[in-house]
Amino acid sequence: MIYEIRFHGRGGQGVVTAATLLAEAAVFEGLWSQAIPFFGAERRGAPVVAFTRISNKPIRIYSQIYNPDAIVVLDEKLLQLRSILQGLKSNGIIVVNSSEKLKFPKIPSQRIFTVNATSIALKLGLVVAGWPVVNTAMLGAIARVLNIISIESIEECIRRKWRGEMGEKNSLAARLAYENIRERD
Amino acid sequence: MERVAVLSGNHAVAHAVKLCRPHVIAAYPITPQTQIVEKLAEFVERGELKAKYIRVESEHSAMAAIIGASAAGARVFTATSSQGLLYMHEAIWSAAGARLPIVMAVVTRAIFPPWNIWTDHSDILAQRDTGWIIAMAESNQEVFDMIIQAYRIAEDERVLLPVMIGLDAFSLSHTAAPVSLLDQDKVDKFLPPRRAFSFLLDIENPITMGNVAFPDHYMEFRYLIQKAMERAKQVIREVEEEFYEISSRKYGGLVEEYRCNDADVILVLMGAWSGDAKECADKLREEGLRVGVLRIRFIRPLPIEEIKRVSLGRKAVIVVDRDISFGGTGILFTEVSSILQQNSVTVRGFIAGLGGRDVTAKDFAQMVKQVYTDLEVGERRSRVEWYGVKEVI
Amino acid sequence: MREKIVPISTPAKGAVGKTGFWRTFKPIIDREKCIKCLLCWLYCPEGAILRTDDDITIDYDYCKGCGICANECPRKAIEIVLER
Repeated sequence: MIYEIRFHGRGGQGVVTAATLLAEAAVFEGLWSQAIPFFGAERRGAPVVAFTRISNKPIRIYSQIYNPDAIVVLDEKLLQLRSILQGLKSNGIIVVNSSEKLKFPKIPSQRIFTVNATSIALKLGLVVAGWPVVNTAMLGAIARVLNIISIESIEECIRRKWRGEMGEKNSLAARLAYENIRERD
Repeated sequence: MERVAVLSGNHAVAHAVKLCRPHVIAAYPITPQTQIVEKLAEFVERGELKAKYIRVESEHSAMAAIIGASAAGARVFTATSSQGLLYMHEAIWSAAGARLPIVMAVVTRAIFPPWNIWTDHSDILAQRDTGWIIAMAESNQEVFDMIIQAYRIAEDERVLLPVMIGLDAFSLSHTAAPVSLLDQDKVDKFLPPRRAFSFLLDIENPITMGNVAFPDHYMEFRYLIQKAMERAKQVIREVEEEFYEISSRKYGGLVEEYRCNDADVILVLMGAWSGDAKECADKLREEGLRVGVLRIRFIRPLPIEEIKRVSLGRKAVIVVDRDISFGGTGILFTEVSSILQQNSVTVRGFIAGLGGRDVTAKDFAQMVKQVYTDLEVGERRSRVEWYGVKEVI
Repeated sequence: MREKIVPISTPAKGAVGKTGFWRTFKPIIDREKCIKCLLCWLYCPEGAILRTDDDITIDYDYCKGCGICANECPRKAIEIVLER
C-alpha cells in the first residue's frame, strides 16, 4: 500500500507543517511516511505545494509525486490555478477549505469534499499575522477521508508540536473539521 | 525501545551531531544546508549541547576555525553545500593535510551558473582528491548513522583523516521521514571523548603546524595520507560492525549490494536515488530481468575490491552519474571503468538528474532496458550518454 | 543562428503569472488626500504603481499587497484593507 497526498496552499499558511504532521501521524499509526516540500517561490502569499507519502512498508523512493491519491486545498482561491487537479488519480479525492458547493472540471469518479476550515479557525481564535490558521483543521478533514490515520493520532501529533493552549485549540480545529467535512457533488 | 522521530535529513544530521558531543561548531548558512546549523545553534542556545558555536563570515573561515579547534584537540563539526563547499575548497585540503579528524555534512547541490538549489553530486565530487573520506547516504536514517560513525572513523589512530558525509539536497535534506534515534549513553559508549595524539596544539608543549616541506619530504606526507586511506577501508567496516551492536543497523561497509548475487546487470550509483533504483530492480525482476544495485556508500576510499568482486562476470554494469566532468565523462563512471578496464565487462554510463531533475524507477528501467536491447544485438562497447536531455540548439 | 548558451533573461511582465493573486491585503488610494508626490511610485518594489501624465494607479494584477506604499505615503492617502 502506498498513498500519496498533495497539499496546495500559500506561502505562510503552514502547508509544509501540515504535510509533516500528517507524516508524523502516520508513523504514530505504525505506518511509514515521508513529507516532501517543494521549493519554488518561498514567499508569503505565493502558491506552494507539499506532499506526504504514506506506506505500510519502509519507503525507499525519493522521486517526486506525480499521481496523488488525494489533493488538499487550503485556500479556495487556488482552485483557479489550472494545474490544481494535475495528475490526480481517476479515483482520487479532493478536499477543499470552502463552504461552497464547488464547480470542478473533475472526472465523475473523483470525489470532492469540503470543510469550512477558515470559519473553524476564526471561531477558535486561530489567527496569526492577519491570517486564519487552517492547516490543522485540514488535517482533521483529510484524516476522515483517508481512513488510514485516526483523528486521535492527528490530535496527538498536533499537541506534541504545540504545547498548552495552542495545542488544544489546533487539535480541536482538527476534530471539528473531522466532524464537519461534507461530500459535495 | 528508542524513539522514532519524523525528521528531515538536515535535522537528522543535527540530532546525530548533538549525540556526538562536539566542542566546536563553526558555520555559515547556505541553502539547503542552513537547517543543520540552525538546529545546532538552537541546541546550543537551549543548553542541550555544550559547544562553542562560532558564527563566521564565510565557509572558508568556517573550515579555518574548526581546523584550529581540531588541531587543539576539540571534536568539531561544520556543514555546507555547493558554492559554500567550493569556497571552502582550499581549507578542505588543509584539513586533510593536517590529518585532523573533522566531520562535515555536505548537502549536495548543483553549482552556479545558472542558480539551482537542487541535488547534484558535482559539488561533493569536486572534493574527491582532497584527502577526505567521502561518503553519501541513501536515507535520513543512514545519514544519522553515518555522522555518528564518521567521528569514530576520523578519530581512529590508523586513519586520522577528515570525513565528509553527503546527503542529497531536498530529496533528503528537506524530506521528513522516520528516523530511529539513539540514546546518549549508547552513543557515549560507542564514541568516547576524542583521544589526544602527539601532535595537538598545546601551550605547555609548543609545536608548529603547517610547516614547509621541501621536495625531499613532501612526497612522503602524501604517501602517508594514501596509506591512511587504505587502512580506512578496514576501519569503516569495523566501525560499522560495532555500530550494529548499538543500533541493529548496518548497510554493508563501503558499498551496499542489493540483489546482486544472481544479477546479469548491475546499476552502480550513490545517494538518495539508489532507493528508486532498487525499486526499479524489483520491478524488472518481475519481468524476468535480473538486475541488482551496487550502491557506492564511500567514494573515498574507493571500494576497488568490492566494485571488482560485484561486477565481474556480469553482462553489463550501468553507472549512473549525477555529475559531469566536462570534457571527460561522469566521475563515478571514470572510477568504475578504471577498476574494470582489465576485465572485459561492458560498462555503460548515463549522466542523469543534474540540478535535481527527477529520476524515477521508470527512468532507471528505461536505461537498463536500453542496455539489454544493445546487448541482444551484440553491442558491447562501453560508453557514456546523457539521459533525458532535452533538445537544445 | 544565435546559440543560447548562457542562462540570461530579459525584462518581461508577468513571467511568473499574475502575482496580484498572492495578495492578502490590498492598497486603496484616497484621491482626495493624494498630492501626487509619487513617493509610492518610487518605493513600490514590484513596479505595480503606474504613473500617467498627472495621476497614479495601482496595477492590481501585480500588486502583492506588501503595504510599502501606504507606509511611505506622507499624506496617509493609501489605506490597506483585507482582500476579499
